[in-house]
Amino acid sequence: MNAIANVSRREFVKAVFSTGALVLSASLVPEILRAQTSAPGASPKDAVLRPNVFVAIQSDETVSIVAARSEMGTGISTALPLVLADELDADWTKVKIQQADADKRYGDQDTDGSHSVRSFFDVMRGCGAAARYMLIQAAAAQWNVPAAACEAELGTVIHRGSGRKATYGQLAAAASKLPVPEQAKLHFKPKGAWRYIGKDTPRYNLAALCTGQPVFGIDQRVDGMVYASVERPPVFGGKVKWYDEKETLRVRGVHQTVAIPPFDPPCAFQALGGVAVIADNTWAAFQGRQKLKVVWDNGPNTTYDSAKYHDELKATSRKPCKVIRNAGDVEAEFAKHGKIVEADYYVPLLAHASMEPPVAVADFHDGKVTVWAPTQDPQTVQSAIASELDIPVENVTCHVTMLGGGFGRKSMADFSVEAAYLSKAVGRPVKVAWSREDDIKFDYYNSTSAMYMKAAVGKDGKPTAWLQRSTFPPIPSIFKVGAVYGDPGHLGQGWTDIPFDIPNLRVENGPAKAHVRIGWLRSVANIYHAFAVQCFADELAHLAGRDPFDYLLDLIGPPRILDLNGADYPNYGASYKSYPIDTGRLRRVLELAAEKSGWAKRKPGDGTGWGIAVHRSFVTYVATVVQVEVNAKGELRIPRVDMAVDAGLVVDPMLVRTQFEGAAVFGTSVARSGEITATNGVIDQSNFFDYPVARINEAPFQTDVHIVESSAPPGGVGEPGVPPFIAALCNAIYTATGKRVRELPLSRIDLRREGADSKSSPS
Amino acid sequence: MIRLRVNGVEQSFDGDPQMPLLWYLRDELGLMGTKFGCGVGLCGACTVNQGGKAIRSCVTAMSSAAGSEITTIEGLGRGGLHPVQKAWMQLNVPQCGYCQSGQMMQAVALLKNNHKPNDADIDKAMAGNICRCGTYQKIRAAIKAAAQESA
Repeated sequence: MNAIANVSRREFVKAVFSTGALVLSASLVPEILRAQTSAPGASPKDAVLRPNVFVAIQSDETVSIVAARSEMGTGISTALPLVLADELDADWTKVKIQQADADKRYGDQDTDGSHSVRSFFDVMRGCGAAARYMLIQAAAAQWNVPAAACEAELGTVIHRGSGRKATYGQLAAAASKLPVPEQAKLHFKPKGAWRYIGKDTPRYNLAALCTGQPVFGIDQRVDGMVYASVERPPVFGGKVKWYDEKETLRVRGVHQTVAIPPFDPPCAFQALGGVAVIADNTWAAFQGRQKLKVVWDNGPNTTYDSAKYHDELKATSRKPCKVIRNAGDVEAEFAKHGKIVEADYYVPLLAHASMEPPVAVADFHDGKVTVWAPTQDPQTVQSAIASELDIPVENVTCHVTMLGGGFGRKSMADFSVEAAYLSKAVGRPVKVAWSREDDIKFDYYNSTSAMYMKAAVGKDGKPTAWLQRSTFPPIPSIFKVGAVYGDPGHLGQGWTDIPFDIPNLRVENGPAKAHVRIGWLRSVANIYHAFAVQCFADELAHLAGRDPFDYLLDLIGPPRILDLNGADYPNYGASYKSYPIDTGRLRRVLELAAEKSGWAKRKPGDGTGWGIAVHRSFVTYVATVVQVEVNAKGELRIPRVDMAVDAGLVVDPMLVRTQFEGAAVFGTSVARSGEITATNGVIDQSNFFDYPVARINEAPFQTDVHIVESSAPPGGVGEPGVPPFIAALCNAIYTATGKRVRELPLSRIDLRREGADSKSSPS
Repeated sequence: MIRLRVNGVEQSFDGDPQMPLLWYLRDELGLMGTKFGCGVGLCGACTVNQGGKAIRSCVTAMSSAAGSEITTIEGLGRGGLHPVQKAWMQLNVPQCGYCQSGQMMQAVALLKNNHKPNDADIDKAMAGNICRCGTYQKIRAAIKAAAQESA
């Protein structure tokens, strides 16, 4: 569904663009969003009547293209406009990108789940093709020649017969009076004629990024604005019993304090509550906050102790749990007295720690709120604020700033809600600035998971039965009090969809109660699931004395569309018909990673090791080979990483390679030191000294990304690099040291080599 | 009254002398290119140059900035791009870009003292600057490119 409309003469457009501009809008419901947006009574016609602008061509040759997705470093505000510009045959140097405000007419704007290109490629292409068609029609009419004799080329329409030319700017006014062509009349450029798609193009704002100019959320300033810092309940679900502001008010620059009420469970995107200090500048607000005396009612989560919780998760995973996929009969096979292998894997809670901590500016007056936020999900900012302040959603305007990293944290609206609440309370625009300590202690953490793995191994070393149980406090717990089971979407992240060719297979999920806010972090449940599956597979390969690469190919089995045995598998919102799990593609990336890394010629030993892993997530296939060096002191170095990626059609290969280079660093942080713990319900970590992330000397020295030429439709690129990297790294550490890493992070493990590393020598 | 020069312009400040330079630059002067990342000198997002040396402005009190010449990203390469900025562009270093002002200010200070840094020199000089997007590989290449350009 993709209706394009000519809105050149609409009032709302005249306010933005000069008269005589050709302005096209598209109303859209991408496949992934269809379920959410098909509200009763909604029809595509409604959407066309209230269209959203995607492209405007003005008489001065400026082509404005709207970026409706949030820019947190992935380059999406370059990639999607490139698609439109290509089909329009616009001159990229004349393109201006406009960041969209929150508006449901853009469809879901939540920039998560690595689906922006997948969901919006066709929409952008359609807009570009329609505008090109109209410009050609306008030129043909002016010259009194058939449209078929004219063509578009880099911002001009040319009549081949006479050599006459007119620029898009010259044609825009005439084109703006024409009807939009029907979908059937649109013709798209053949792949060979693409000007930008498939070629390296720098980010549109590269120069600004290198001169400190982009406005991030923290950089947003509004006249009359005051600054706020919030002391929040140290235990999730706690509330203020009483507080004393006397010392706070003595701090120079502090105006007042404001109590923020506790949330009404479930927490969802509400503010956590607490006491805000309002001041002239950020520093004064921070200082005033230090002088606050608050006594808390900590509530029921004071019993939460992460070490004890770890044992409980593990115990749950050791018992039969809810079956989510089943093939054959694993128990019958286990009972046959063959060789049984068991292992427990574990990943702790993880924090996002984006370089820009959460921050938002809000201005409430006359029952309306304007908010500026580095948000991944501006429409949720609108709805969460509307609900908190009991005003209509239409009364909340959300401007999306640049995001200093997001990684899923900034899909949450809690910090924007705080700003709106405080602006209403003090009657002035307020900027809520989170400190790093606030960011680490009040995150929506990536879930901790205990995973139990069990296999019966045949004489050839291959598993005849495979059982896996994952127990983790689920994301649904933030939306429904007491939710303890994973939802199909997150179980489908590397667990339900285990792609191995094993006759007896059972996949289970155990219950776990959440004691903190659980959220999305770059690749989410894939982080722990790929770690367990790909490392356990590596264990079995070594036990069988096989080369892990060959063994993985055997486990995957022949190229086929994976049969999920009737399991509930949402497939990242994509249809299984268009985006099936194709084991042929999985095999191909594995083979490519092995080839490019020189896997067959590797000579591990003397503290060096190689590891391999492969994983499909966000409908993209990635295989990773990691090389490590571990010295006598147990210090780890990662000299080289090779990643083979099949992400289907790739718009901007340079931006894609960068995402995977970054994923290797992100995965390094998770593996090396990613661990959030809690004592009596209070998060133990607070800043980069106790929640370290990879620095330049700890990150992989060189990551080479190999993109598979693919005719498949576009898949995700922001997240899929993380999961197989972590597993490949731990598998490499095994060959280097003989230490099998089953619990992260590595900082808890003594990596000095064991004497028994002969068993790790690869075949 | 504290006096200092910021990007070549005389400034004076009569607020809390304990206030970190970072918040003075951002909240008082409106120079937003210098970023807040951790507040305790652990991430380098707030790096500026003081008399040619890279310092963490989040832990530099205004009293310590008195009388000094401060250069921020806005003041770098006045009259054209600095070789470090050119290299950053040429190699497409930034992802989200948030930490990059600090990264570039650190790299500028490194190249001032070491015209041809090797990998170990770069690790040592840049290890205090975190990039969560993971642009380190490109940062390393850009520093080498800038060193060549400046040579």
